[in-house]
Amino acid sequence: MANPNGIGAPVRRREDQRFLTGRGNYTDDFKRLNMTHAVHVRSPYAHARILGIDFADAAAMPGVVAVLTGADMEADKVGSLPCGWQIHSKDGSPMKEPPHYPLARDRVRYVGDAVAVVIAETREQARDAAEMVVVDYEELPAVGSSTRAVAGAAPLVHDDAPDNVCYDWHLGDKAATDAAFANAAHVAKIDLVNQRLVPNAMEPRAAMGEYDQSSGEYTLTTTSQNPHVTRLLMGAFVLGIPEHKLRVVAPDVGGGFGSKIFHYGEEAVVTWAARKVGRPVKWTADRSESFLTDAHGRDHVSHAELAMDADGNFLALRVSTLANLGAYLSTFAPSIPTYLYATLLAGQYKTPAIYAEVKAVFTNTAPVDAYRGAGRPEACYLIERLVDVAAGVVGMDKTEIRRRNFVPKEAMPYQTPVALQYDTGDFAKNLDIALPLVDYPGFQQRRAESKARGKLRGIGFATYIEACGIAPSNVAGALGARAGLYECAEVRFHPTGSVTVFTGAHSHGQGHETTFAQIVAERFGIPIENVEIVHGDTNKIPFGMGTYGSRSLAVGGSALVKAMDKVERKAKKIAAHMLEAAETDIEVKDGRFTVAGTDKSLGIGDIALQAYVPHNFPLDELEPGLDEQAFYDPKNFTYPNGCHVCEVEIDPDTGVTTIVSFAAVDDFGNVINPLIVEGQVHGGLVQGIGQALYENCVYDEESGQLVTGSYMDYCMPRADDVPSFTVRYHEDQPCTHNPLGVKGCGEAGTIGAAAAVMNAVVDALSDYGVTHMDMPATPEKVWRTIRDATPAMAAE
Amino acid sequence: MYAFTYQRPTTLADAATAIQAEEAKLLGGGQTLLPTLKQRLARPTDLIDLGAIPELKGIRETDGGLEIGAFTRHAEVAHSDLVKRVIPALASLAEGIGDRQVRNMGTMGGSIANADPSADYPSAVVALKGTVTTDRRSIAGDDFFTGMFETALEPGEIVKSVRFARPDKAAYAKFRNPASRYAIVGVFVAKFGAEVRVAVTGAAGSVFRATAFETALAADFRAEALNGLSVEADGLNADIHASADYRAHLVAVMAKRAVEAAG
Repeated sequence: MANPNGIGAPVRRREDQRFLTGRGNYTDDFKRLNMTHAVHVRSPYAHARILGIDFADAAAMPGVVAVLTGADMEADKVGSLPCGWQIHSKDGSPMKEPPHYPLARDRVRYVGDAVAVVIAETREQARDAAEMVVVDYEELPAVGSSTRAVAGAAPLVHDDAPDNVCYDWHLGDKAATDAAFANAAHVAKIDLVNQRLVPNAMEPRAAMGEYDQSSGEYTLTTTSQNPHVTRLLMGAFVLGIPEHKLRVVAPDVGGGFGSKIFHYGEEAVVTWAARKVGRPVKWTADRSESFLTDAHGRDHVSHAELAMDADGNFLALRVSTLANLGAYLSTFAPSIPTYLYATLLAGQYKTPAIYAEVKAVFTNTAPVDAYRGAGRPEACYLIERLVDVAAGVVGMDKTEIRRRNFVPKEAMPYQTPVALQYDTGDFAKNLDIALPLVDYPGFQQRRAESKARGKLRGIGFATYIEACGIAPSNVAGALGARAGLYECAEVRFHPTGSVTVFTGAHSHGQGHETTFAQIVAERFGIPIENVEIVHGDTNKIPFGMGTYGSRSLAVGGSALVKAMDKVERKAKKIAAHMLEAAETDIEVKDGRFTVAGTDKSLGIGDIALQAYVPHNFPLDELEPGLDEQAFYDPKNFTYPNGCHVCEVEIDPDTGVTTIVSFAAVDDFGNVINPLIVEGQVHGGLVQGIGQALYENCVYDEESGQLVTGSYMDYCMPRADDVPSFTVRYHEDQPCTHNPLGVKGCGEAGTIGAAAAVMNAVVDALSDYGVTHMDMPATPEKVWRTIRDATPAMAAE
Repeated sequence: MYAFTYQRPTTLADAATAIQAEEAKLLGGGQTLLPTLKQRLARPTDLIDLGAIPELKGIRETDGGLEIGAFTRHAEVAHSDLVKRVIPALASLAEGIGDRQVRNMGTMGGSIANADPSADYPSAVVALKGTVTTDRRSIAGDDFFTGMFETALEPGEIVKSVRFARPDKAAYAKFRNPASRYAIVGVFVAKFGAEVRVAVTGAAGSVFRATAFETALAADFRAEALNGLSVEADGLNADIHASADYRAHLVAVMAKRAVEAAG
């Protein structure tokens, strides 16, 4: 490679210096003269009517500036938090979209629902006063789970959503699927729960609102993955602030995992309140608030059936899923269990007929939306667990049944029966790379050795394919998206040859400041130190769509390439003029512009200087300057895919599962920075393992109280819970429709890992006749499963 | 956190006076109290920090074992050459408490006075024939823990030190709560000549002795001696992490592991 910090180089993250030395600039670090602090009064009930709010005592507390309620917002005509995606039910009716006010007006619908906000000189004073706000509640019966929501005579979360149903949607060919089942030699069936998870970003959500009385401009500094979308939604739908008077800044953000994509009520509250009290207003969630109010993830209850012929060829897949959306529709909630889930149900397999039904329901729990993987881990888990069951039904090896049903490389591009068209992928190759890594032939011996030590050993495979870089806008629009899904970039050369890149993507841990700079350094042959990446400020960057769905490089990187193309085209014209040659004779390589066949050449720096000091410049043809902007709207999703293999050992005396080894083979297309990619895979795997073995968000079904509201009860995976990972990737199948050939790597680990771990756990328990266990495979659940399978042992 | 008055006395006598104030609380390493305050679940008027009182510190070898000052941090017990030589099982228990941050702050006196049902130290106090010395009296370890978060301490009574008898063999085996990493079940087994003590923490409201296990091990100090024995699940703790019958099962498993580790 020409540039030591160019594409493919394992450059250490440039942002880590400031993060690791405590110099990051997070929302809560921002301080303003005269700043006030907001604390929300939140509902202790899952479902209650607000009969009255008495805040006279609170308002009289020391340091209190204001106590504001939903009635104040209503008086100011503040709107409902909008939903960014509309789904239509089977019968063509639009989903139920009940209002979701930043401060509840007449009813609260989950524990943590905001009722009032106290604004005071200090945070402690605001907390003191918030405790003095007396809310008169009439408690109502609550719905703490999706299954309870659809049980007959369940209480209604919203009066205008009968049976608590938001939508009842389907995808695929029901008739073809039924016909295939009618002729099937074998049918594998499974009932499973994909449990609810709490995102747990290291940095809690925070927001600071400011209002400039002289200019009439608002500024919201917030923990957002996509500040432009927040500006659009909050400005246009909630607060009625025109976009040229509203600036949204998302500075350093300490992790999002999806939970910071959405526009939250607190952002609107602080922005609105800043004008009301005439001072900046800051709110920072404490960890308890994060547990209660960050949008949660997953929460599916599914039944699935796979029809096969006598040889184990998949004929058809039938899936029925009940999805819990929580109390209100979070920004992109409706799209997750539909277009990001059911469309992935083909997985890596050439199953010819698929039919999926998804019923999404309201419950008295925190809203559920995208969480790392967002629909795709749910799809992968369902398919891969079902394929393992299917292998048992037809008596085939678990790798062979997969291999037999893979979409072959030669079939690409491949149209699935559930709307997507895969562009590339060599699924057999992933498996071929993985098998030697885990010494599959030696597994039975390792299992025997474990057994000799009184332990149970299991191996689990999971193959996955995901759709990333959600796109194109026109297709997404047809499917109900109320936003575009392009990305923007601006490449601004400065007179002395350094570059500032403005990207609409947002980094909250992904390392854009490094990866994006590598792409620029490579293209123009300049040191990476000369490239600055700017993101997260709507006053600096063109309208961008932010970062989620593993889209930054595939979409934002492509926009960057388009902008660099424009820069290069213009630079070429300038070079031709300066070198007194025809433009067609200029050859460009690594930022050097050479007259073909001569030693006459210019570097991009020389050209940049001339562009800004145009003493010798074709002013009749070209404007001065070297600053170009581009928007890129993808032609298709990208399709990262891979094969994950997990080996576990279970201690039957305690039920503890230990992950002995984990190998991940991934196809991310071309890789810009292998170090960052490996880090993303590691983090993703740990999150997937977390779901499989540890994490579980539990609400009391009847009271709707959050049982796992702290780390004392919500179990996060820790460093000593996971093994040293074996991570491999290949670049043989680059994406065919974006200029970098990249696919995305941010969610892959999470998508594949949970299924691989659970397949290994079930494999380890196969001697006990176990064919399925719901996540998380906690020690007690595993121990109980073993005990119940062997009454003789339990009696011992 | 609500506002409170912070006091840092330098003598036990001053601390004893300060704690007489209504709603005053003693502060050891603060590993339970401070999170409680941060969550506004307690509202003391005064916090009496015991960290500057020399009489509460230090680890000494005694005639039959060790005496450890109440304000000795878990990490000091874990890393003490004296403890490792005289009662290595106690050092090992201390090394397994919480995480590094907790061990560097938390104190033995704080732990036993708080009497969290899932704390580790209570099992050692009972199994190692502990004696708790306070500013007023001595209390036998067997009598010290009286219930969930309850001890024999009177209001304002301050723990000075804990004495432990030196066993011939001992070990502590713990099954951690995967989330909090507190003990779901912790079993401390100690052998003194013909006598064996088996103290169980985490499983019930307070530490208790598994007397059937003790009898069996006194006759035959091998893990196999516990085959077929169990504790009654009735009355044990139950939560989303572990039911009572799972805890009862784990008591037997951990007891065997402790016996094996004791060698």
